[in-house]
Amino acid sequence: MALANFQFILILALVGIALPFIGVGVAWLLRPKKPNKLKTSTYECGVETYGDAWSQFKAQYYLFALIFVIFDIEAVFLFPWAVAYGGLGFYALLQALIFIFLLFDGLVYAWKTDALSWQ
Amino acid sequence: MNIFEFIRDPSQIGPWFHQLLLSAGMQEWVANLIGDVIGVLLIVGAVLTSAIFLIWLERKIAARLQDRVGPNRAGPYGLLQTLADIVKLLTKEDVTPDGADRVSFNLAPALMVMQIIMVAAIIPISAGLIGANLSVGLLYFIAMSGIASIGALMAGWASNNKYALLGGFRVVAQLLSYEIPLAFSLLAAVIWTGTMATNNLAMQQGELLFGFIPGWNILVMPFAALIFFIATLAEGERAPFDLLEAESEIVAGPNIEYSGLKFAWFYLQFFVNSLLLACIFTTVFLGGWQGPFVDQFPLLGIVYFFVKSLLVLLALMWVRATYPRLRIDQMMTFCWKVLVPVTLVVVLIVAIGARITPDRSINAVIISGANIVALLVTLGIIGRSLRRDVQRRKAALPGRSTAQV
Repeated sequence: MALANFQFILILALVGIALPFIGVGVAWLLRPKKPNKLKTSTYECGVETYGDAWSQFKAQYYLFALIFVIFDIEAVFLFPWAVAYGGLGFYALLQALIFIFLLFDGLVYAWKTDALSWQ
Repeated sequence: MNIFEFIRDPSQIGPWFHQLLLSAGMQEWVANLIGDVIGVLLIVGAVLTSAIFLIWLERKIAARLQDRVGPNRAGPYGLLQTLADIVKLLTKEDVTPDGADRVSFNLAPALMVMQIIMVAAIIPISAGLIGANLSVGLLYFIAMSGIASIGALMAGWASNNKYALLGGFRVVAQLLSYEIPLAFSLLAAVIWTGTMATNNLAMQQGELLFGFIPGWNILVMPFAALIFFIATLAEGERAPFDLLEAESEIVAGPNIEYSGLKFAWFYLQFFVNSLLLACIFTTVFLGGWQGPFVDQFPLLGIVYFFVKSLLVLLALMWVRATYPRLRIDQMMTFCWKVLVPVTLVVVLIVAIGARITPDRSINAVIISGANIVALLVTLGIIGRSLRRDVQRRKAALPGRSTAQV
């Protein structure tokens, strides 16, 4: 039963990734194809493009991504716990509380070290 | 089986069709495959046709809220405007900018569309009427939301455009950050209902508290529902959280270099994603297809579900059409310093509250009360820190001789 559902998801994923390309293919048959130097130049507010876009970027994005990974993994661990919660004893609640508390501690640490304020 | 039975309960069509194929002498797996393919085509068709209607609805309602007329030329009330747009976009030249990373550039819109189609699979529009009632439903929903951020980042990176790249970074920062409160408010609902499967979630909320109050999660945990709604605004890239497509700063965000149908796919993702988020909100917090007489006539569930979802969507549009955009530092601060700690508290409230007494109804009242108290305390703290902020800024201003404010 559960695996049959994932067969559905697999077919859906294949159709889902194919559909946009089919659409673009249909458009390819209909649309004009006359690229020129000006048309394909990178848009930059009407002035001539200056330099390359792939340059250095703010390290802050990286920092938030790191904090996100920690929280997201916690969510992955907590969801199965939440489903089984009704059948678990008091001990399970205590363990989850400690788990969430540790994470909360991490958040407070990130807060104190100013990792959470956008500069 | 007669036709009236199907109209009363549409969820029986699937098993009936399966039996029909089996009785025609088909192998079990062939019958399964055919059933799945038909289901997939139905979902894809529903997603594409709903987009046509949604885009018109959003433009019309936003226009009315802002005292404009909105689309009114193509067809009655401008209903055919979206079709006209599709024809236009199909025949537009598709420009790939110089220096673009072609693989990512072409793959990005496909990933965006894939995300909405994948999420549509777990929306239960009536009892048992669902693409796939996955046992990991909500986790799957969160995982699929990640695909959209990857798609947007790929689009931004591959365009070799500074605006697009900035937009891509903002997408990652915003969507990832708000995924935390989104996931944790869903977690609170999962703790209370004890299931991640979306259809079972809606079914669970059919229970009556004290024998007469509907056990919808929004009544049990109003604060979690509010947090989810705010996170929905951010995940749906709607004002006040539409920094990633801020027209006045970075022109249009990651999809700036896209044209023709590839641009249309981004557009489609934006509108359908909002509807799907509204559907998830309805399923998890508003009881999904639950309503009066739904047990006798499961067909009514479809009506209830869409009425509720469209109301939530209307609220999303209303907020979008009303509020100005936040700055990026305000947005990130609000997420990490307000929503994230507060959702952790809500999860703790629900986890502890679900165990206080053996009676679920009494627990629900306790959780609900604690939610409201938490909401009030949070509002108080935010208000105080905002007032302090204003005072600090006033003190930093040079003194004015006549001002008595």
